[in-house]
Amino acid sequence: MSFNIVVLAKQVIDPEAPSASYRIDGSAGKLEVDSSQKIAPVINGFCENAIEAALQIKEAVGDATVSVISAGSDFVMDVMKKAVSMGSDEMYLLQDEKFSNLNDSSITAKLLATAIQKIGEYDLVLAGMQASDWDQAQVPLGIAEILGVPCVPIARKIEIKDGRAICERATDAGYETVSAPLPSVITVNNEFGQPRYPTLRNIMAAARKTPITWDAAELGLSDDDLSPRIKIVDLFIPEKQSQCEIIEGEDEEEMGRNLALKMREAKLI
Amino acid sequence: MSEILLVGEVNGGNLAEATAELIAHGKPLAESLTSSISVALLDQDSTSAAQEAISQGADKVYNIKDSLLGTYQTDAYLASLAKLIQEINPIAVLISKTEIGADIGARLAFRVDTGIVQDCIEVSVNSDNKIQANRPVFGGNCMATVVCESTPMMALIRPKTKEALEADTSRSGDVVDYNADLDESVIKNQVVERVEEVQEGIRLEDAARIVGGGRGMNGPEPFDNELKDLADTMGAAIGASRAAVDIGWVPYSYQIGLTGKKVAPDLYLLVGISGASQHMAGCSGSKNLVAINKDPDANIFRDARFGVVGDWEKVLPALTQQLKELM
Ligand SMILES: Cc1cc2nc3c(=O)[nH]c(=O)nc-3n(C[C@H](O)[C@H](O)[C@H](O)COP(=O)(O)OP(=O)(O)OC[C@H]3O[C@@H](n4cnc5c(N)ncnc54)[C@H](O)[C@@H]3O)c2cc1C
Ligand SMILES: Nc1ncnc2c1ncn2[C@@H]1O[C@H](COP(=O)(O)O)[C@@H](O)[C@H]1O
Repeated sequence: MSFNIVVLAKQVIDPEAPSASYRIDGSAGKLEVDSSQKIAPVINGFCENAIEAALQIKEAVGDATVSVISAGSDFVMDVMKKAVSMGSDEMYLLQDEKFSNLNDSSITAKLLATAIQKIGEYDLVLAGMQASDWDQAQVPLGIAEILGVPCVPIARKIEIKDGRAICERATDAGYETVSAPLPSVITVNNEFGQPRYPTLRNIMAAARKTPITWDAAELGLSDDDLSPRIKIVDLFIPEKQSQCEIIEGEDEEEMGRNLALKMREAKLI
Repeated sequence: MSEILLVGEVNGGNLAEATAELIAHGKPLAESLTSSISVALLDQDSTSAAQEAISQGADKVYNIKDSLLGTYQTDAYLASLAKLIQEINPIAVLISKTEIGADIGARLAFRVDTGIVQDCIEVSVNSDNKIQANRPVFGGNCMATVVCESTPMMALIRPKTKEALEADTSRSGDVVDYNADLDESVIKNQVVERVEEVQEGIRLEDAARIVGGGRGMNGPEPFDNELKDLADTMGAAIGASRAAVDIGWVPYSYQIGLTGKKVAPDLYLLVGISGASQHMAGCSGSKNLVAINKDPDANIFRDARFGVVGDWEKVLPALTQQLKELM
């Protein structure tokens, strides 16, 4: 029987976009990039790591299917296609006006968990450790709770063996190896290695593939399911007043020496 | 009276510093919500920690006992905390975003069917008597004010965002043993091994002084030579930016930032680090930032107190030499 891997991948604002390009509607909890800036969104970096992890596992177990799921309202297909052209088999887009600006993880987790169950059999759910927009690191943990399966956050290595996932994860003091029975939800970080580049063959295969699209009604989600548990009431860019004292000197060596004297004078050392 | 439950941690028999800070965050909330502060401790042997929690401002301590507790195991911690929450029905639950807190916070919230605000740096009570928090979003480029709309109201609070209160050993409070009575079947994950990689020198998180290197170091060698020489002279620990970690110059355990360690030293000297918001997100609690960067427009000069615009290869040896003479 085929080994089924589901990968959760989110389309996000490019984290390299400068904050000067942000358009903020604070009371609506909404942040967009000024469209005149022509800054394309990206697949969240850790999600690309998760796709890479899925493809590595597929190579290791042999017979496996990798399905990518993403939830949102405005997908840029040129961006999302990358998930398939990297080598995934299927793509599911959960797309609805109601899924715009997903910043309440309880809603996101519910709709992704619903889609995972709708797809059917799964052995492994892989996700990024954190999305670079709202920086919450909790949707996959919530999904594990909803599905009632084990969860291993922030793995940097995964090995599938005897119906279990053996994961290595970094800890404050070093690392630990955790063994979780399958199916389980695992999140990964950038230590998993560089996401592979799409091959020409995969790019062409991806171009022919149409994603499966489901809206809220097709997922059987009511408005009650989508009611918020946390609410953003304001968004703002913190004011920063530069008070940096630039240390002068004849040359860089003298600047270095003057910095030492300055730090002593200010009792920093 | 309603309770605010704080998930406490014990370090080597003593109350963790992060928990003392968490109590300091919780106190004003308890006042606004006319409720009391309870701390849950899941250590097998936390008698002195319980008293310390009370000295720090707690009104009550739940000593959660179970043979499955002891060294940290996620499933056991989650199950016992969920049980306690369902039983005592607190108005709010606060957790510090330590390694353990980050691991259990979100799952605990989903398990007790409520929302949680992640990675808060400031918490307060709004005019509707709801907990409201400020938290950095978009890699620290932006700040969000978030309100808890479901109960219990939950927040995961970043450590080192508030100083612990002065300990008052004359305070008294209740210490209650709580038997979690866990069924062995709650344990799903097995920790196969835990490896401690002893880091040379001072631990980053505890260091009063840190020297950090970024992509501008141009290679791994300067971390072992010039940067180390400077760090040793200053009695500082060495950290790095993600760029330096990603290239493989130093291990991940050196990374400071949003997805690395959170540090708050008295002095953080950044060398060849541009000051991206994601890096600053890990060191915003530092008392003094000093930057050496050859680009006068580098972002880091907006955060630094002192800066040198120059090539570290020339600046560092002179700086280190002068420091040696001063110290
Ligand atoms: C989701 C997400 C999470 C992230 N998490 C983190 C994190 O936890 N920690 C983190 O650090 N980053 C993180 N980043 C990355 C972050 O955005 C930056 O890319 C990174 O911090 C840049 O590292 P840097 O400053 O070393 O490199 P650069 O930005 O390349 O800066 C190098 C600097 O060195 C200076 N320089 C070069 N040569 C010299 C010289 N000879 N002398 C003096 N100065 C010199 C240059 O002027 C430049 O300012 C994250 C990004 C994302 C998207
Ligand atoms: N809207 C979404 N669509 C698909 N995956 C998501 C979505 N939101 C979160 N995720 C997954 O959950 C991870 C952590 O996101 P977060 O909890 O929002 O920080 C991401 O890296 C994704 O793998």
